[in-house]
Amino acid sequence: MTQLPTSTQKKLGLVIDLDTCVGCHACVISCKGWNTNEYGAPLSDMDAYGGDPSGTFLNRVHTFEAKAEGCASQTVHFPKSCLHCEDAPCVPVCPTGASYKREEDGIVLVNEDKCMGCGLCAWACPYGARELDQMAGVMKKCTLCVDRIYNENLPEEDRIPSCVRTCPSGARHFGDFADPDSHVSKLVAERGGMDLMPEQGTKPVNKYLPPRPKADVNGTQAPALEAQSEEITGFLGWLDRTLEKI
Amino acid sequence: MHPAPSVIIFSTISGLGFGLMLFLGLGLPDVSGWVAATFATLALGLATIGLLASTFHLGKPKNAIYAFSQWKTSWLSREGILAVLTLVVFFIYAALWAFMDNRIAMLGYLAAALAMGTVFTTSMIYAQLKTVPRWNTAVTPLLFLLYASAGGALLSNQMTVALVLLGLIIAFQAMAWFQGDTAFARSGSSIETATGLGNLGKVRLLEKPHSGKNYLLQEMVYVVGRKHAAKLRVLSLVLVALLPALLILLTEVNHVVAIVILLSHIVGLFAQRWLFFAQAEHVVGLYYDAR
Amino acid sequence: MTKHHQPQLDTSPVVSDEIRQTTCYMCACRCGINVHIKDGKVKYIEGNRDHPVNKGVLCAKGSAGVMQHYAPSRLRNPMKRVGERGEGKFEDISWEEAFDIAVGLLKPIREKDPKKLAFFTGRDQSQSMTGWWAQNYGTLNYAAHGGFCSVNMAAGGIYTMGGAFWEFGAPDWDRAKLFLIFGVAEDHDSNPIKMGLGKLKANGAKIIAVNPIRTGYNAIADEWVGITPGTDGLFILSLIHELLKAGKVDLNYLIRYTNMPFLVNQVEGSAEYGLFVRDAEGNQLVWDRATSKAVPYETRGTKPAMSGMVEVNGVQCRPAFELLAEKYLTDEYTPEAVEERCGISAARIRSIAADIARVAFDEEITLDIPWTDWKGEKHETMTGRPVAMHAMRGISAHSNGFQTARALHILQILIGSVEVPGGFRFKPPYPKSVEDHPKPHHDVTPGAPLNGPHLGYPRGPEDLCIDEDGKAKRIDKAFTWENPLSAHGMMHMVISNAHAGDPYKIDTLFMYMANMSWNSSMNTSQVMDMLRDKDEDGNYIIPNIIYSDAYSSEMVAFADLILPDTTYLERHDCISLLDRPICEADGLADSIRWPVVEPDRDVRGFQSVLIELGARLGLPAMVNEDGSAKFKDYADYIVNHERRPGVGPLAGWRGKDGKGKGRGEPNPKQLNKYIENGGFWHEQIKPENAFYKPWNKGYQEWAVERGIFDKESPYVFTVYQEIIQKFRLAAEGHGDIQPPEHLRAQVKMAMDPLPFWYEPFEQTLINKDEYPIHALTQRPMAMYHSWGTQNAWLRQIHGRNPLFISGELWAEHGFAEGDWAQVTSPNGTITVPVVLMEALNAKTVWTWNAIGKRKGAWALGEDAPETKEGFLLNHLISELLPAKKDGQRWSNSDPVTGQAAWFDLRVNIKRVGAPADLQTSPTFAPQASPVGKGPKDIAFGEEWK
Repeated sequence: MTQLPTSTQKKLGLVIDLDTCVGCHACVISCKGWNTNEYGAPLSDMDAYGGDPSGTFLNRVHTFEAKAEGCASQTVHFPKSCLHCEDAPCVPVCPTGASYKREEDGIVLVNEDKCMGCGLCAWACPYGARELDQMAGVMKKCTLCVDRIYNENLPEEDRIPSCVRTCPSGARHFGDFADPDSHVSKLVAERGGMDLMPEQGTKPVNKYLPPRPKADVNGTQAPALEAQSEEITGFLGWLDRTLEKI
Repeated sequence: MHPAPSVIIFSTISGLGFGLMLFLGLGLPDVSGWVAATFATLALGLATIGLLASTFHLGKPKNAIYAFSQWKTSWLSREGILAVLTLVVFFIYAALWAFMDNRIAMLGYLAAALAMGTVFTTSMIYAQLKTVPRWNTAVTPLLFLLYASAGGALLSNQMTVALVLLGLIIAFQAMAWFQGDTAFARSGSSIETATGLGNLGKVRLLEKPHSGKNYLLQEMVYVVGRKHAAKLRVLSLVLVALLPALLILLTEVNHVVAIVILLSHIVGLFAQRWLFFAQAEHVVGLYYDAR
Repeated sequence: MTKHHQPQLDTSPVVSDEIRQTTCYMCACRCGINVHIKDGKVKYIEGNRDHPVNKGVLCAKGSAGVMQHYAPSRLRNPMKRVGERGEGKFEDISWEEAFDIAVGLLKPIREKDPKKLAFFTGRDQSQSMTGWWAQNYGTLNYAAHGGFCSVNMAAGGIYTMGGAFWEFGAPDWDRAKLFLIFGVAEDHDSNPIKMGLGKLKANGAKIIAVNPIRTGYNAIADEWVGITPGTDGLFILSLIHELLKAGKVDLNYLIRYTNMPFLVNQVEGSAEYGLFVRDAEGNQLVWDRATSKAVPYETRGTKPAMSGMVEVNGVQCRPAFELLAEKYLTDEYTPEAVEERCGISAARIRSIAADIARVAFDEEITLDIPWTDWKGEKHETMTGRPVAMHAMRGISAHSNGFQTARALHILQILIGSVEVPGGFRFKPPYPKSVEDHPKPHHDVTPGAPLNGPHLGYPRGPEDLCIDEDGKAKRIDKAFTWENPLSAHGMMHMVISNAHAGDPYKIDTLFMYMANMSWNSSMNTSQVMDMLRDKDEDGNYIIPNIIYSDAYSSEMVAFADLILPDTTYLERHDCISLLDRPICEADGLADSIRWPVVEPDRDVRGFQSVLIELGARLGLPAMVNEDGSAKFKDYADYIVNHERRPGVGPLAGWRGKDGKGKGRGEPNPKQLNKYIENGGFWHEQIKPENAFYKPWNKGYQEWAVERGIFDKESPYVFTVYQEIIQKFRLAAEGHGDIQPPEHLRAQVKMAMDPLPFWYEPFEQTLINKDEYPIHALTQRPMAMYHSWGTQNAWLRQIHGRNPLFISGELWAEHGFAEGDWAQVTSPNGTITVPVVLMEALNAKTVWTWNAIGKRKGAWALGEDAPETKEGFLLNHLISELLPAKKDGQRWSNSDPVTGQAAWFDLRVNIKRVGAPADLQTSPTFAPQASPVGKGPKDIAFGEEWK
């Protein structure tokens, strides 16, 4: 049903560390590999080897530049997938009841047996988290790997979303935001985790950790070293004194 | 937003149909027999063709049956239910009227109200979207209702009413465009809020996540040439309202003129609706630095 | 709402029938992968958590391996050319016919003149085997792609400290507090670097990135230094200047572990000038301050002097350190002197030097782990200087890259941060001094094997591969006076030299996995012409080309005979300690590939084909006495070949009982053991042996036990490189082996025993005002060379490549969104789309590497964006430099190693509108596809729904 639950027992989601993501797209492809095989219809690729290839992906990495007046420009790699919002705007708009937010863990899912592919949920989502599969005609989105995180056929340590498992730099973290002592809650508290487009009122569960301040951008410089001498003779004097101590 | 022909046809044609139902439901024009049947068939036909057109943009039409289930939250579901209800009620009303010569006024009012309710729900599908600031305003349903009822008035030959409605369209459409042009900026969403990187300075996209196209870009990031848009706005307003209004005011409206008026209105309506979608900027475009 | 409204989900689907663990080959990183098999087919690939390289993580390429395995571009059967070269028209043939053709070509060559076979392999991960094959065949013309990849880095490291970055060593990611990363090529150690950066970030370490372009790793650095290309050496030497001036060098370390105290002959004009002074036994001497005597450097308890002229056996000499200090303390290297050239302010250089000194000396770390050095001296603790560094292609692909790589290693050594906690650590079998590496071999005898391995590290002019007249013996002219230390060969010169018949004509060019007619060659258009070129009689100038590849690449179209290889999931391989192993600093490791699925086409693993070809040719190591084949296939070779008694391709589970580690006789069950263990073997080094490896007695003993060495081989770092000085002495007229006159000045200049900086060659020969801009390429993290394009998932990420233009150049030329540019170098012009990038060195433009494709290749549609909006910068780069004053055109490479100087490219740009057809230029006629085109729409995984 497309009424949002008033509250969920857990708030499962991701923390994405923009200070650590190197933009390698590992999460993008791992996600594609897992999800084309598992939950619902495969993630198709139209004109896969032709002039206009266009496929369904549940996670994509953008690259932005940010530049303040008079400062060096920064590059930020920016992975983006469903944020599993508490006030998910994609759910109530769904006419068929296909879109729903799970009461037990807050995961937002599409029941493909009911989805008619009208696309309205994708319109309602500010983040571009939903893509209509062009072959299957149903809406696809991040499932937070609901078929991994509880999967009793996987080893315990692998019961995490595939993007988190594969991320080489450890820029992605998975956990329960309803638990203030969880790893993800602590990261958000320590590093000032932020919401995307808070003005949309969606209350995203996924949080982004902002890039740390950069020395070349804010101009911080370590104080220069103190010279022993400007002359080679002075250097040799220092050398002799130091060798005596060794 | 991508101006998909199916959605443009759906919203314009069905709007005309439901608009006509409004007047027929109110007993206007005062006709009976086969004339009433023709009018009713036209209304039902337009509404039905429009509704059918809307299914063309569905990815999996066989699941459309579930669309009647979510009336509690979904404007699209409500639209579906109301549309069907309208068609049924209007059909009964029209059949009794045309074939039994028994126009039940209360049933007509109900059909009229349902027809307008349907148009309203259609408009709310767009107006509810915070993600499309240009649509996210009370003017959106107002305009949808005005366009539907003006079309209905023209179709049902209620030229005086039409004149008033066309005047209102000019006023509110101009206002919608005027307000709409700044709606995105006023919405508070920007590439900086979308990325959360505003504190680092001015943000711009360096690389898209994929060098090719994707669904989001095709569906929600439609970049329309601004020059063309301005011209098209003028053209659409002239055709949809100004020319019909002038013809009503300045000429004897015979069948030929009425057809000219209608054609002008409908072409203008298509242009208006194309602009409605093509100029609507979705906030997801911020992630692509394109709107 | 209550739960029962939610659909019932199967949250525990069974992923696959079976997991088969093997080694990835989607780039050079060689991670462990779990291949999920369903209904006998490959379904899903993830990282292997137990694997020493990637510990479970996997990059985009690795996860996309599924699509590579099923790529429609896979070759299906052996083929022989029926059209003209380059057309791509082939006829399918049987393997029997393919072998007949190959034997028909190769047998007479071997009997008459084996050097007429040039056998060059590209991204080959079995070089110890392909090299062994070539050696047995008897040609001296063998190498892999290192010469156009990163030989400057490898040779610079080996000649300085017995190892370099990547396969040779890695930062101590767990303990480093400051990390400097210079111009990195992403696929070299890609996942380990990403994992390491993640650890540094988690530990709060500082990362400084020195790179003209702020993407990838540079994007997350705490400090980005947008250096001007080709000036890294100058920047590094300026840091050294600052550290020396402030006395922030680790003298104790330099005395113990380097040749800095060695006495250097200072008698100018003597044939020994600049060489170490030795005693009668050949031991290098140091001056003991305690006894005021010269003693062998290994003498225990000495207090070596680091400065001062002394006389030993009548020879004036000084410690090497004093020469170093003198050289770098000059005003030439002050931050002010270099700031403009480097594009880095003097204040920033000072600040970075101060950061290095602060972390190295004020944040020293101590591990309470006792260890014993090779002299027998016991140490209670291990002292770490937690400053780590890494570099790769960015600094090495310049004509001054060798000396720059040396400078970087010397910077690390001066602060005492090599092989210590928190610093840079070697990965076994490294460290390994120059002396423990082979020399190049080049004595060809018809009908017999070569006299030794082809590639190695020359110790002096006597090891060059030249004849009595000084003429190159190898077709690539490696190990000549033009580039004496070309340790990886010079594959990029083979086609142009063979075409020119200089030094001689060849008969057959045999290549593997190298896209030499496209993105792996400089000067692509002209290389294609050379491959197509015919003599007056209508015969091809390069008469025969045999090529092995798994996919329908651009190079396939130019071959006469195609030996189709398998995909990486269908083959046996070994990532051997004899080769380019996968060890991490804490352990010894090797791994295998094995056919996790069988090929569904008539293709064979290239190494198995070589084994069979070798047997058919009767190559000695490949046949038994009765002439029968010695090895059934590559798998048989992997298990049963012994390079030295008891030492073979794989180190794990050796011996009849399978208990041998590193040593032991062949074990027929060895491959099974690897498969059971996840495709790899790994042994952890004991903590007391894990640092100070070149000088650690325990490590050295262990290395001998494991077969890394046959005897303990400790050594000190050769900061001052005497071997290089020997070449300089020759250039000054000393010795019998003399460089030709036209190279004398270059050899003298380049062969400096202490690193120095010089302007990259290309820019000294052109008008810099005419070509004011640097043009670079980098590899996207989601692509490996040209391979990613045939991959339906990866090509959506990078299907076209713009030229990224710095904000300064963008404004200067008045570019606007949607514009294109004409980019011109002395070698040609390309027309390409442009994009603005602010975080870029002001004088630089760049693009992604190897995205552009030739129409018809890789089973793509002819309107593929890669063939329209993709482009190669290669067209602008020549393998030869512009003409010198005397009209000579020299190779566009490092004068020491021959490394291709890709990144010396200078261009100018002109703003142009987008062409009507949105087609980049130059364009080329399409090649026919021997495998047809890929399917239109796909939905991978559908069959298992």
